[in-house]
Amino acid sequence: MLMHEWLQKDDEPRSDAAQSAGYPFGFMDEGAKKEIRRSILKAVAIPGYQVPYGSREMPIARGWGTGGLQITLSMVKPDDILKVIDQGCDDSVNAVNIKKFVATVASVAITTDTRAATLIQTRHRIPEERMNDQQILVLQVPYPEALREVEPSEMETRRMHAEADYSRMWLYLYEDIVKYGEITISYRYPVTVNGRYITDPSPIPRWDVPKLHMADTLFLFGAGREKRIYAIPPHTSVEPLEFEDHKFRTENFFGKACARCGATDTFLDEVIDNAGGGRSFFCSDSGYCDKRSQAWNH
Amino acid sequence: MEPLIRIRGLSKRFGQGCSRCLDATGPEQDTNLCPHCGSVMACNDVSFDLFRNEALGVVGESGSGKSTLVRLLHFEWEASGGGMEMHRSAGLSNLPEMFTDGSNYSCNLLGLSHFQKRQLRNALMGIVYQNPHLGLRMQVSSGGNIAERLLGAGWRNIAKMRERSAELLERTEIPIERMDEPPCNFSGGMQQRVQIAKALSNNPLILFLDEVTTGLDLSVQARVLDMIRNLRSEFNLSMLVVSHDLGVINLLCQRTMVMKSGHVVESGLTDQILQDPQHRYTQLLVASQL
Repeated sequence: MLMHEWLQKDDEPRSDAAQSAGYPFGFMDEGAKKEIRRSILKAVAIPGYQVPYGSREMPIARGWGTGGLQITLSMVKPDDILKVIDQGCDDSVNAVNIKKFVATVASVAITTDTRAATLIQTRHRIPEERMNDQQILVLQVPYPEALREVEPSEMETRRMHAEADYSRMWLYLYEDIVKYGEITISYRYPVTVNGRYITDPSPIPRWDVPKLHMADTLFLFGAGREKRIYAIPPHTSVEPLEFEDHKFRTENFFGKACARCGATDTFLDEVIDNAGGGRSFFCSDSGYCDKRSQAWNH
Repeated sequence: MEPLIRIRGLSKRFGQGCSRCLDATGPEQDTNLCPHCGSVMACNDVSFDLFRNEALGVVGESGSGKSTLVRLLHFEWEASGGGMEMHRSAGLSNLPEMFTDGSNYSCNLLGLSHFQKRQLRNALMGIVYQNPHLGLRMQVSSGGNIAERLLGAGWRNIAKMRERSAELLERTEIPIERMDEPPCNFSGGMQQRVQIAKALSNNPLILFLDEVTTGLDLSVQARVLDMIRNLRSEFNLSMLVVSHDLGVINLLCQRTMVMKSGHVVESGLTDQILQDPQHRYTQLLVASQL
């Protein structure tokens, strides 16, 4: 049976079909999973350090979450409950595809509830609900190198990391403030992990950056195209780069509320009505919004 | 009085090297290129002391190893051999492991890790290159160029950094209202003065000047030199002044070394060297320039 045929097949159990077609549990062979797990262990041991690994071919294109997917597949267990989100949303095409694929090759249960999930793969958001120490968040990363903005050479950025030579990154922020009066980085805001490495938190909004600091949860970052894995272990300090007189700020929605669930304490997406031209705001985290709306209606 | 830094047997070879390199190069052979293996002995067995508040001149023709010497001492290039020791009074309190045996001098600094060398450089050294493109980021504001060194030394307050930059730019006669302009908008003399401000930003103990006035017109040269002289007494700097211009050396330095083909051929008080040169090459140099 071909891959796209299983994906279209909705009757259970699909994983049996995948395995009977000769694919191992979790799609990747044991050697590949072992290598990725070892890279993850190293990444956890050196918080914020980018560990190179042999990124495998996946049935989705590089740049579409293959780094996150490989971490997910190398760690998933049959009793895991998986949630996949794309920019906060459980139902976007990319999230649905990845969800279906993992469910097919690893026979895991799927959820949209952050609290119920044991393993969450995400693109560009961290869920609004605080995660606990039994959960793991896997982030997809397009550009793992936080210093790339100021230094194009990989060899040079590695040297800079090795020697903790970060004055050029700080200079970039200084120039931003001199030119515009504030730091203009809106997402991919560089952070110092465990007081050592400057790390790219993936393109999450600034809103989500404080959630990385001293969290209960393990955060794993996978960049498939760039072949890097790094991690922020639980209870690790994560400090956004800031100056004494120009502090890091998160986004401000000036009291706007979600048009669906009424939340005023979440990261909001602005939606423009094409017909009427009106603007409304909705929670970016669709799972959390659903939960709140249901509670509202009952 | 004990010297601030002691340099012993400093060498730099580019290329593979062979057993005959040392004999085949030097001032007698009038070359630093080994004819047997093609290696360049850019610096060979250079030894000297640099004292506190002293300006030491290094003169020599182009290719004599002057700039190589500066690059080695500023940790930009790895030396092939030799040692550099710093006196305890230099205040390396954040690197106590460098003074293990109770001696007044540190271990060989050239053997430190890249990280330690960077710390040392950020804390103690400043450099001004002949070409401002080497010392400055041309697209970054002048204030930012100065701030880069302060950021490297751990400053994290924009207002304080700007205050410090303004102070230094004022000292080096750059109008403060041009602080946020990039150096590529400036004239050569101004760029050189921004470079000097940047070099002084971390209150260095040692300042390396590599042909600072070469390429500037005469009136600007005089002003830059005058400024360097004032800054030296004001900041209590030890300076290593590299130049092929004896006039510059005469103006700035109490002591001078003459280099030729990677070797120091003569050293002594500047007046003595200019008035009574001993080595054949120094005599030629003095005769042709004064």
